[in-house]
Amino acid sequence: MKFINKQDQINFRLMQGLAIGVVVMMIIMILLLVKQSLPVIELSGLSFLTTDWWNPIEEEFGALSFVYGTLVTSFLALLLASPFSIAVAVFITEILPDKVKPIISMLVEMIAAVPSIVFGLWGLFFLAPFVQTTLTPFLKSTLGFLPIFQGPSFGIGILTASMILAIMIIPTITSICREVFKTVPNLQKEAALGLGATRFEMIKLAILKPSFSGIMGAMVLGLGRALGETMAVAMVIGNQPSINFSLFAPGSTMASVIANEYAEADNDIHLSALCLVGLLLFVVTLIVNVSARTIVWRFGSNER
Amino acid sequence: MKNLKVLVLTIAFLTPIFSFASVQINGAGASFPYPIYSKWFAEYNKVNPKIKFNYQAIGSGGGIRQLIKQTVDFGASDAPMKERDMKKAAWPVMHVPTVLGAVAVTYNVKGIPNNLKLDGEVLAEMFMGKVTKWNDAKIKALNPNTNLPDADVLVVRRADGSGTTAIFTDYLSNVSSTWKSKYGMGKSLRWPTGIGAKGNDGVTNMVKQTNGAIGYVELAYAVKNNLSVVALKNKAGSFQAPTVEGVSKAAAGMKNLGTDFRVSIVNAEGKGVYPISAFTYILLPQVENPKLSEVKTFLKWALSEGQNYAAKLHYAPLPKKVTDTVLKKL
Repeated sequence: MKFINKQDQINFRLMQGLAIGVVVMMIIMILLLVKQSLPVIELSGLSFLTTDWWNPIEEEFGALSFVYGTLVTSFLALLLASPFSIAVAVFITEILPDKVKPIISMLVEMIAAVPSIVFGLWGLFFLAPFVQTTLTPFLKSTLGFLPIFQGPSFGIGILTASMILAIMIIPTITSICREVFKTVPNLQKEAALGLGATRFEMIKLAILKPSFSGIMGAMVLGLGRALGETMAVAMVIGNQPSINFSLFAPGSTMASVIANEYAEADNDIHLSALCLVGLLLFVVTLIVNVSARTIVWRFGSNER
Repeated sequence: MKNLKVLVLTIAFLTPIFSFASVQINGAGASFPYPIYSKWFAEYNKVNPKIKFNYQAIGSGGGIRQLIKQTVDFGASDAPMKERDMKKAAWPVMHVPTVLGAVAVTYNVKGIPNNLKLDGEVLAEMFMGKVTKWNDAKIKALNPNTNLPDADVLVVRRADGSGTTAIFTDYLSNVSSTWKSKYGMGKSLRWPTGIGAKGNDGVTNMVKQTNGAIGYVELAYAVKNNLSVVALKNKAGSFQAPTVEGVSKAAAGMKNLGTDFRVSIVNAEGKGVYPISAFTYILLPQVENPKLSEVKTFLKWALSEGQNYAAKLHYAPLPKKVTDTVLKKL
């Protein structure tokens, strides 16, 4: 590359170095995780992925229940959070008067600043009893015929964890959706109104439809946050390493098992297994992100 | 000019700190004895202001790892080190018991008063998911005069790896051969039933919130929070609620202390013994080194005068017989 002056060249090298540094750091992290998890790969092999039997004392490690827990809680959270987030974003950009806009959007974004341990405590002391005494009986009486709403509820479990996660990812999705909606040209909205559309039809046709790929992108980022969330989930999910199809049952996620067991893991193979769970979380996150991005990209290119 | 002033002032403030040649001793390990250790460090600092302790309560497993890597001067653990970990250390490691800990079984069932009577067998069956109702005939047989409600048993256990779990499952393995062969003992294990809560506070809270719940917490936690606790049948055949005295007695009954103190004292023999008790240890490398002789001097103080602080913080002090033997070894 040719540079006109010295300053440009220095800047370029500096930026290049920093960018490469990030990539190198990532590669080192992956290599280290792989190295640490080699003993348990030798011990368990593929059964690490295909069984849900996790017993550190007998040195039997199967992480399927953690993968299941992570995916179910994250996608359920996304399902719960998305309608709220999109509605809030539309409300802020289209309906609120300009003076109130920054206040409301600041309030929503402040949710993101609440530390996850606080969410966990709130979930444990408030949400869990609410789920047990109010929400569960309601769901059982209305949707109790579905297998996912059967079985006893102790307040903490997959459903509670998903609800906490949903609240945590709402600000992420909302603020990105808001930015996306802002980019819709006024001309487009006015054209819709001019053709006789009601306000609701205008929002549907002129804002939501062209923003589809942007909304999907916002959801991918929200999902990313949900997949990796640790502390709040560990406090309310019940931490039972088994696969239950009932949403009331306790479960366990990849991040929560690492947080729970790492500090007191006193034999090397257990540590190694936890590292492999970490690596697995990395891979799952990557797969989910890549496939979600592919979907976004597909839809995005179809529209144009 | 202003910056220079700040610099001079900063140096002036820092100088007195450096001028006292103090010894910094680093330790890491169990979080269970952290309150009593930090009390000891503070009190010992008054006796011997030269010594400064820095103790990181990162968990027993972490303490053992740091000790093996030689990043700390001493470690601390609730469970004794395993043989294979001992071999990894560069020097022989001495286990110095400091205080006794105990695990209380707590429950919350409407209509059942404090100190429900249980024995090891029934407790193990509840945690295995075999006794599922609070009015089960086996519980009724132990409590003929209590009116037991028809409530489901919900087991609450620790989700995070913990010395408390290790002591509790050591006891269950001791009293139930089925538990021993199927689930064993350890800091985290494959529980047959129930839900996992994080930390002593998590278990406490879960038990408090759920009718029919049973769980286990550290003794200090149960005492401080006034929880309903189970009176457990000990080897002598009497039912004993967890108390500091009952825990101390568990260690007093030991016949042979031997040369190292890596012994389990769950389900110990003797009158008035609370059966789920255990030592907590400071792990001391056996090597000549000025810092370690300072740690030894501290431990001598902790095992004599220091023991007086234990009961106030709800730890059971070591019986005199044990401290005498340990002091001789130091």
